[in-house]
Amino acid sequence: MQFFLDAFRWLTDPANYVLGSVSPLPIQARIGEHLWYTFVSVLIATLIALPLGLFIGHTGRGRQFVIGFTGAMRALPTLGLLMALFLIVGATVPFTQAAFVASIIALVILAIPSILAGGYAGVESVDPQTVDSGRAIGMTEMQILLRIEIPLSLPLIIAGIRAATLQVIATTVIASYISLGGLGAIISSGIGLNDNERILGGAILVTALALVVDGFLAILQRLTTRRGSSQDRTKKQNVRRRSHGSTAVAVTAVDERKEYVQSKN
Amino acid sequence: MSWLFENFDLVARLTLNHVALSVIPIVLGFVIALVLGWTANRWLLFRSWIIAGGSILYTIPSLPLFVILPYILGTRITDERNIIIALTIYALAILIRTVADAFAAVPTDAIEASRAIGYSSWNRFWHVEFPLAGPVLLAGLRVVSASTIALVSVGAIIGSENLGYLFTNGKQRDFLELILIGIGASFLIALVFDIVLVLLGRLLMPWNRRTSLITNGRRVLATRGAE
Repeated sequence: MQFFLDAFRWLTDPANYVLGSVSPLPIQARIGEHLWYTFVSVLIATLIALPLGLFIGHTGRGRQFVIGFTGAMRALPTLGLLMALFLIVGATVPFTQAAFVASIIALVILAIPSILAGGYAGVESVDPQTVDSGRAIGMTEMQILLRIEIPLSLPLIIAGIRAATLQVIATTVIASYISLGGLGAIISSGIGLNDNERILGGAILVTALALVVDGFLAILQRLTTRRGSSQDRTKKQNVRRRSHGSTAVAVTAVDERKEYVQSKN
Repeated sequence: MSWLFENFDLVARLTLNHVALSVIPIVLGFVIALVLGWTANRWLLFRSWIIAGGSILYTIPSLPLFVILPYILGTRITDERNIIIALTIYALAILIRTVADAFAAVPTDAIEASRAIGYSSWNRFWHVEFPLAGPVLLAGLRVVSASTIALVSVGAIIGSENLGYLFTNGKQRDFLELILIGIGASFLIALVFDIVLVLLGRLLMPWNRRTSLITNGRRVLATRGAE
């Protein structure tokens, strides 16, 4: 417990919030870096993966690819990916930028599967009858995608981005081992200095950051869920009603549409 | 490749340790998730608490958890128990939701029927609920198996001797081959585990449609996400 009190004191020590104290950046600058790396990586990954996911969901072509790809990516060790990219990128890019470029590439690669699967699963979850009625009133395929499928699949799209963001925040911590900044730098400098307060303080900061960002995206996800949409319904259906057997739910075991990636770091 | 042949012993040792560090959390996480997931369904009051708890645990990034645990458990930072416990927590966090959903999807008719012909709740669990939830549980286990094996290597940062050692060492020595061998070996372990799980599933659930090796995702599961 004493360790936690020390860490808390470290966190509240004003000296750690001024320049030159924390190896060599103050805490708020480290938080800013962490958020910046996360934002850049998730943005690039979204630009690549979301259109592809929407295309696959809309046309139904390539779903085996999504499933196989997301499954295989789960088994990819992030530390290995980071280090390998660091050496490969380091051979071509000046040393000062190698960590940044290699990390961003790794983070983008890791964020892609969740966002791809979220886009695909979202579009796939839209009721085919709704899509058909859009077609019946003369909408073009593009209009169907933009006005029906995307709005209805927003919760799942955001869920994919949320999973990706979490993954990126966690991996950015590890990237401090190839000398990227961010909150991981506090932890690794703490390990180097054998400074318990700093290790624990840094770890608490990252955990808090992850929880706050995740909570924010969770709220966004909830706000975009429309009443009576398919996601809203399945949630209620999943609860088994014991007393009246005839209302037992016939939904497939676990909703197979919500299969975005679960990869963890 | 010559490095691999000369240092085969090292790679074999790291691989074995990697396997040991992954198996324990997978099994432990599954057993605990089974109990909690079943409880979540039995008493709906607990359901949202248990599932929310799981998703909060899942949110904690791995390296911070690895370094926080020693202070809570009183272990040394290099102690492998920290890694095992952290990975068990993640396995649990992923599986709780899956297990709860799997048991929720068991048809009520089947449960009422088993009650009508006099099954005790213990027998009903083993002979009705568990087998019917089996395919979804298996899908969840395959996800956990792959992600746990990938995650073990992060432990190398705090000094654990597993395949992650090849990553940190390869980076220090600027030796790409080492890292690629580590990634390959890690993938190989994940593949073997997956095949074992699928075969186990076929053996234990012969009535089930054959689970293909490729189409795991079909039935899975995003434990978190759209809530």
